[in-house]
Amino acid sequence: MEGIRTHILVCGGTGCMASESEKVIKNLGLILKAREYKEEVKIVQTGCFGFCEQGPIVKIEPDDVFYVRVSPKDAKDIIDEHVIKGRIVERLLYKEPSNENTINKQEDIPFYKKQLRIALRNCGLINPEDIYEYIALGGYEALGKALTEMTKDAVLDEVKKSGLRGRGGGGFPTGLKWEITKKQESDVKFIICNADEGDPGAFMDRSILEGDPHAVLEAMAIGAYVIGADKGIIYIRAEYPLAIERLNIALKQARDVGLLGKNIFGTNFNFDIDIKFGAGAFVCGEETALINSCEGKRGEPNYKPPYPAEKGYWGHPTCVNNVETFANITAIINRGAQWFASIGTEKSKGTKVFALAGKINNVGLVEVPMGITLREIIYDIGGGIQGGRKFKALQTGGPSGGVLTEDNLDTKIDYDSLIEIGSMMGSGGMIVMDEKDNMVNIAKFYLEFTMDESCGRCTPCRIGTKRMYEILNKITSKKGTMADLDALKQLCYMIKDSSLCGLGQTAPNPVISTMKHFWHEYLAFIKDVDHPQGEGKYVPKNKIGIKS
Amino acid sequence: MVETKKMIKIIINDQELSVPEGITILEAAHQVGVKIPTLCHLDLHDLKMVNQTASCRVCMVEAPGRNSLVPACVTKVSEGMEVNTHTTRAITARRMAVELLLSNHPNECFTCPKNLQCELQALAAELGVREIRWEGERMDYPKDLTSDAIVKDANKCIYCRRCETACNIVQTCGILSGIGRGFDVFVGPFANIPMVESSCTYCGQCVAVCPTAALTEVNHTAKVWEALNDPDKHVIVQTAPAIRVAIGELFDMEPGTIVTGKLVTSLKRMGFDAVFDTDFGADLTIMEEASELIYRIKNNKTLPILTSCCPAWVKFIEHQFPELLEIPSTCKSPHIMFGTIVKTFYAKKHGLDPDNIVVVSIMPCIAKKAEAKRPELTKDAHNNVDIVVTTRELGAMIKEAGIDFDKLPDSEYDKPLGETTGASVIFGTTGGVIEAAIRTTYEWLTGEELVDVEFTQLRGMEGVREAVVNIGGKELKIGIAHGLGNARILLEGIREGTSHYDAIEIMACPGGCVGGGGQPYHHGNEEIVKKRQEAIYQEDRNKKIRKSHENAEVLELYRQYLGEPYGKLAHELLHTHYEERERI
Repeated sequence: MEGIRTHILVCGGTGCMASESEKVIKNLGLILKAREYKEEVKIVQTGCFGFCEQGPIVKIEPDDVFYVRVSPKDAKDIIDEHVIKGRIVERLLYKEPSNENTINKQEDIPFYKKQLRIALRNCGLINPEDIYEYIALGGYEALGKALTEMTKDAVLDEVKKSGLRGRGGGGFPTGLKWEITKKQESDVKFIICNADEGDPGAFMDRSILEGDPHAVLEAMAIGAYVIGADKGIIYIRAEYPLAIERLNIALKQARDVGLLGKNIFGTNFNFDIDIKFGAGAFVCGEETALINSCEGKRGEPNYKPPYPAEKGYWGHPTCVNNVETFANITAIINRGAQWFASIGTEKSKGTKVFALAGKINNVGLVEVPMGITLREIIYDIGGGIQGGRKFKALQTGGPSGGVLTEDNLDTKIDYDSLIEIGSMMGSGGMIVMDEKDNMVNIAKFYLEFTMDESCGRCTPCRIGTKRMYEILNKITSKKGTMADLDALKQLCYMIKDSSLCGLGQTAPNPVISTMKHFWHEYLAFIKDVDHPQGEGKYVPKNKIGIKS
Repeated sequence: MVETKKMIKIIINDQELSVPEGITILEAAHQVGVKIPTLCHLDLHDLKMVNQTASCRVCMVEAPGRNSLVPACVTKVSEGMEVNTHTTRAITARRMAVELLLSNHPNECFTCPKNLQCELQALAAELGVREIRWEGERMDYPKDLTSDAIVKDANKCIYCRRCETACNIVQTCGILSGIGRGFDVFVGPFANIPMVESSCTYCGQCVAVCPTAALTEVNHTAKVWEALNDPDKHVIVQTAPAIRVAIGELFDMEPGTIVTGKLVTSLKRMGFDAVFDTDFGADLTIMEEASELIYRIKNNKTLPILTSCCPAWVKFIEHQFPELLEIPSTCKSPHIMFGTIVKTFYAKKHGLDPDNIVVVSIMPCIAKKAEAKRPELTKDAHNNVDIVVTTRELGAMIKEAGIDFDKLPDSEYDKPLGETTGASVIFGTTGGVIEAAIRTTYEWLTGEELVDVEFTQLRGMEGVREAVVNIGGKELKIGIAHGLGNARILLEGIREGTSHYDAIEIMACPGGCVGGGGQPYHHGNEEIVKKRQEAIYQEDRNKKIRKSHENAEVLELYRQYLGEPYGKLAHELLHTHYEERERI
């Protein structure tokens, strides 16, 4: 590293790679070589910067200059102008859409200003394929500290005190999950990382694994130490080839330097990790279905109890945590529970990563402290609605969540407040709808997703979601009647009340919440009601909603 | 087991009760006379066949404090728990679950083989379903008619997974599992290959537990009527031991009622030219099998000997343990032996052309249908057995023929080939074949008379049993398994060399033939199977002769025709061979 005066960080996340960031890297390399600057300038392929809308992203350090939408042919100017002559390439800087002002530094860009990166701390900063870059930034210090300076109970206590809750959607307190698994009397226990990210539009887990795989491995080892496991499994969907590749590299490097394997840090703690691939079934994100899939069985959930913490992988106590949850662990151990708990709201501590998508200007991945308002996320970070159109609704919690409206924009969001206003945190998908979107069609879209992804095990989810979808189709093709709406409501409540797992229990949520907030859009399709404003329009005198 | 558990207090529908910790809401409700409807649930506790998939969502009940309804079949009671089983919310949800199932079910009850035996149909009636509110797409799969034994009609599959439990957990055959996902899901063999290409043993336990007609036996009753109506055909019928203690159930008689005489009368009235008892074939089997056992013991040949009466078991070992094919007895099964004797000895005696004889077997079994079609058993000019119908099919035929079974007088089986013993009747239950074989082996090996013929140590419902029988100073170690999963345990022990037996009896169905896949549906009540077993032992006690080698007509058959047991002609006619089969 000595003698390197400049680092060129190029985003190697899946999004930027799809916009030819690899070619950018190749060109940068060729030009550096031709100009004979290879000895003093280093190109680093990093994980995701999150600002996918503006990708490929290139950042020059230590100059702290942030280039956006860099194409392979821009490589020449970056080297010749910036690296060699020290002149910023103005046309590659981010321009504020409102006033066309250019911004040099990442932290000055509004997209980043309100973000607080804990889980994503190393994404866009280090080369995920080099364990030493991770170690250089304090990597594996937390594991070392846990193993050599802390008892299992002390580590557990720290995680419990931090208030960290499961980032996969449920929000179950992580420390409590660890504690329950720890308490089980068994010689064999497992820790599983749930990387079966399936919500449409959500990709934070993929980005973490692509950008900072060691953070997850280290956290799994810490978790394993606490609960008493010596074996971990990362269950990752096979559609994430880059994440898998980087995980495999990370695993090998960690084993090579003894951070995985026998007698880690000279203690008697042994731990290693296997990767298992999911075939892309959404329901396999449910922990009992995930375990079934790991065992080579059909990916379908089981009735709980017993919970995996009691009887999981091959009947042994098993702790299943999500990628983003793990990504918070080392920071908690290194910086203390108190620091972590100082961020966020009373009952939801720390940050949450959201994937912004839909009709929003800044599509991308953002990490914000709990308690931020939706308005801040959408307008300050997300840059508002595309084309200056009017905001209509926001879907959080993926297909299991609900829609939020203008009225909810100033809610300080956390696990509980989102449920209170009729949606949920979920894994962090945020899809923005504008005035052009029809909410019945939106509900139908989500329902089609859950219908397709139902494993089929229980009657309400298997047949009920199908019947709901058929009714919605009938409604949107203007053949529906009030009786159909009534039937739809009945199905919603029955499926919610009777389904076996979370997928079914939450499947009707998009319909329930759009009915609640946009009832008139349903009525506009119905053939046996009067349409005083003409067909396809229905403006109710009083707000009619369904009881929540 | 229950007594040692801690008792807890719960409230069901405002009734306070004290129940052992660890039981389900369903079990607790039963104690106070509250019936919670179920569909996927199946609990044959003593036969170790328990389906707890909690998937149909029919038994949903309200438990205040819980966010959603809970399934009574798997939810365990806890101290102070309050449960309301018949609130509007619960009733509505459960009725809707059934309505949803019906909305994806062919409405062809009139013509369905399970009409009036269907648990979904019964449930719809019980819940007062008067309309199917949810119209829409239905599953549309072709029927699998490829095998000679089982029909799979996926469109009637309600995905309760009972068959999967029976096939995978109880029988460990691993043929049936969920295919597809979501709305399209159904149960079938891997990759939905045709049943005939799978390693299915056709034991029929999936059929026995299927609540609808998604899995049924291949119906062969039309063939029987056709033969009976053909003046050129001489139609012989034989009835297996386990039929007489079960068929009464189809005519609303108490389970375990012995109706041998009425059974014979009904068959005669249907027009069969002769009505025989497979028990005769069973006695013949013992003559051969006991001879084979003694031969193997005396000549230090392969031991243990495994009984070979059960065709599902035979197919199981061919697929799953092909390296052990040396150990089963080479004896054909009793009804095949009987068919062979009919087509040879009987035909000759009566001057009949074997090609004009039709042998119909009434069996408690579905696998016998496929067995009768095995190439080595049909390769001669004539089949050993032409048509196999189950107890259930025979019941339907008796009804079709307008025979009021309950009012029938008793009749005797035809002679010759009609005399039977107590030893042969116990072939119908687990432990029976080996007990019959021991009765004969004992006397043949010791030359002494066996006074107490009841070997109670071989009886019972335990899945794997073993006993040591002292025969004239020589100890014979006997193993017994019923249910193929239990058979697997025994066979693995033999393969690994960790267990040593001299003789083993295996029956594929839990309980043996009394619990066969072709028997009247027990609808989840295992007491029925137990009562049939008791009746079998009663029938044994009713017999004057209780040892196969004392069956005078069997001995006469050897004298007149076969020669020595296990001799040349006996080998040619009464023995068979096995072959290695693929495991899919």
